[in-house]
Amino acid sequence: MKIHEYQSKELLKLFGIPTPESIVTENKISLLNAFKEFGSRAVLKVQVHAGGRGKSGGVKLVENSKDVNDFADKFFGKYFKTIQTGNDSVLINKILVEEVSNILSEMYLALLVDGSHQSINIIVSPEGGTDIEEVASKNPEKILNFPVNTILGPTDFQIREILDFLSLDIKSFSKLKNIIQGLYKLYLEKDCSLIEINPLIVDNRHELIALDAKISFDEDALYKHEDILDLRDINQENEIEIQTAELGIKYVQLKGSVGCIVNGAGLAMATMDVIQSSGLKPANFLDIGGGADEEKISKAMSAVLSDVNVKIVLVNLFGGILRCDVASRGFIMALDKYQSSAPKLIIRMQGTNSEEGKDILNATNYNISFAENLDQISKILMDKE
Amino acid sequence: MSLRIDENTKVIVQGITGKEGGFHALRCIEYGTNIVAGVTPGKGGQLFNDSINVYDSMKSAKLETDANTSLIFVPSPFAPDAILESIYSGIKTVICITEGIPVNEMIKIYKIANDNKVTLIGPNCPGLINPSANCKIGIMPGDIFTPGRIGVVSRSGTLTYEAVDQLTKNGIGQSLCVGIGGDPIIGTTFIDVLDYFINDTDTDGIVFIGEIGGTKEQEAAEFLKSVNNSKPIAALIVGASAPEGKRMGHAGAVISGDSGKAESKMNALRDAGCEIIVHPGKIADTLKKII
Repeated sequence: MKIHEYQSKELLKLFGIPTPESIVTENKISLLNAFKEFGSRAVLKVQVHAGGRGKSGGVKLVENSKDVNDFADKFFGKYFKTIQTGNDSVLINKILVEEVSNILSEMYLALLVDGSHQSINIIVSPEGGTDIEEVASKNPEKILNFPVNTILGPTDFQIREILDFLSLDIKSFSKLKNIIQGLYKLYLEKDCSLIEINPLIVDNRHELIALDAKISFDEDALYKHEDILDLRDINQENEIEIQTAELGIKYVQLKGSVGCIVNGAGLAMATMDVIQSSGLKPANFLDIGGGADEEKISKAMSAVLSDVNVKIVLVNLFGGILRCDVASRGFIMALDKYQSSAPKLIIRMQGTNSEEGKDILNATNYNISFAENLDQISKILMDKE
Repeated sequence: MSLRIDENTKVIVQGITGKEGGFHALRCIEYGTNIVAGVTPGKGGQLFNDSINVYDSMKSAKLETDANTSLIFVPSPFAPDAILESIYSGIKTVICITEGIPVNEMIKIYKIANDNKVTLIGPNCPGLINPSANCKIGIMPGDIFTPGRIGVVSRSGTLTYEAVDQLTKNGIGQSLCVGIGGDPIIGTTFIDVLDYFINDTDTDGIVFIGEIGGTKEQEAAEFLKSVNNSKPIAALIVGASAPEGKRMGHAGAVISGDSGKAESKMNALRDAGCEIIVHPGKIADTLKKII
């Protein structure tokens, strides 16, 4: 689960990590008032769950009320696109007003899980304020990445190593230690899946300050953290994804024309690959999960059908706990609402009660092609193109 | 670490009185697995399926049955404790089916399992199966497997079934199939299973199924380069069509950076001598070309 920058910074403050003075606003009047609090200069930042805001004009240094007024008119209640959102856009409901920092240097600092070391890793780079992926591919020697000991947490010698790597003065040791230990504590206590401070700056008073912050949380641990759940902004999330998640269906909307319904995440990805190798594009990832009943399967089909880009629906089920006859009845429940406007269907069913499942679908008037295996799915997709 | 499972494998099912645990325990018994006990705290003294004793704790179940393996179906909030209870009872192989265990908890559990030299498989995995010994410890549909000499290792459940179904329909039997799980932190990795297959006299060839996210496939490729392996390996990586930054169901299946992409994984495995399966429908066909 993602949260906004201003929420991330509030959490950082709670854990003792310095951030710039800032005020979050929800409308033009409060934005103008907040600007006055900072005197004659401030930075305005739109609050959306996407990176790349700066390059899209969503971050601006303002020096008079007219600029603030224009910024408010341009963004409040409007939809916003960045490199990361692609063709989608996200709604702007909040704008953060922040004091202007005098930056001496910009660095990168992040914590995330490393499956290879079975640990939480700290990643730092002296190249802050830029896309870290770009640094990783062009100047990998400018990135320091190491696992934190599960028992001890970040130790003093590791913090000295970071200090040295970032070319920071030894006088900054206790400030850096405070930040890194605070972040690690926050990561564990709130079950984060990523904390990214980009940039972490040194200002003209030689203070270390988190100028931007991105935090996301482990969805599987949210049940433990009501305070974090309260930070969720569903306006920033995909509507179909929200509805399906409530039913325990894993759905991710993509941009293609072939909707798919699959059981199992691995088989779902394989099915998307089959669609792509047939020259088409998947409209979604969808894993119904094990042991689904008619109702849940009907909802899964409805979710796929509700995507206006879907021209073909591909069902690929390997029945185990999931019974194919139950699935077929669920599909029909959803399809009946669409009647003649239902798209073409390609059905592959294998395993528990698959013959029964196919018979049930065969008895309907829907436009269905049956496939025995993944190869046949490819052939049918290529014919339908 | 040994992944050998056979008629000497005595299994305790943790969470046997639950819906999932009970259903799959029965399927394992039908397949021929020696399930010797069940554990559900507070339900000790009951009989499961009129034949299997249910105990309150792993300690008492282990003491009474001398089991060596446990299979966990406990819901995710309680699963980390169930794994720990298993480890401290002296069980040496723990298979955790449970999905959705918080990652930060698994980091600690992993360390404890490792320190106690326990073979942990999963979490969020389908388990493992040895068709020639009629031993299945997991949730896979038993009827698609057939005894033979190909080892299968995979991060996914249903995709393993897809692979095995193709193998069986092409007359290729399996020696051992292991689903290592789709989470970022898992006990047994590709490297552990590959190491086992390479040294296993019952295995002549390997099907390797990976997916986007993390770098476990690249580490497996490095391992293959470092050992003297003459057994043919057919490798499939799924998720080439997935966008960056979106979680594809499995908690571990999210691309962040180039190394998490399917292409980078395929290149690494190709360099390590694996035959790359270019279409998920060609798993058996690709293997047939190299064995």
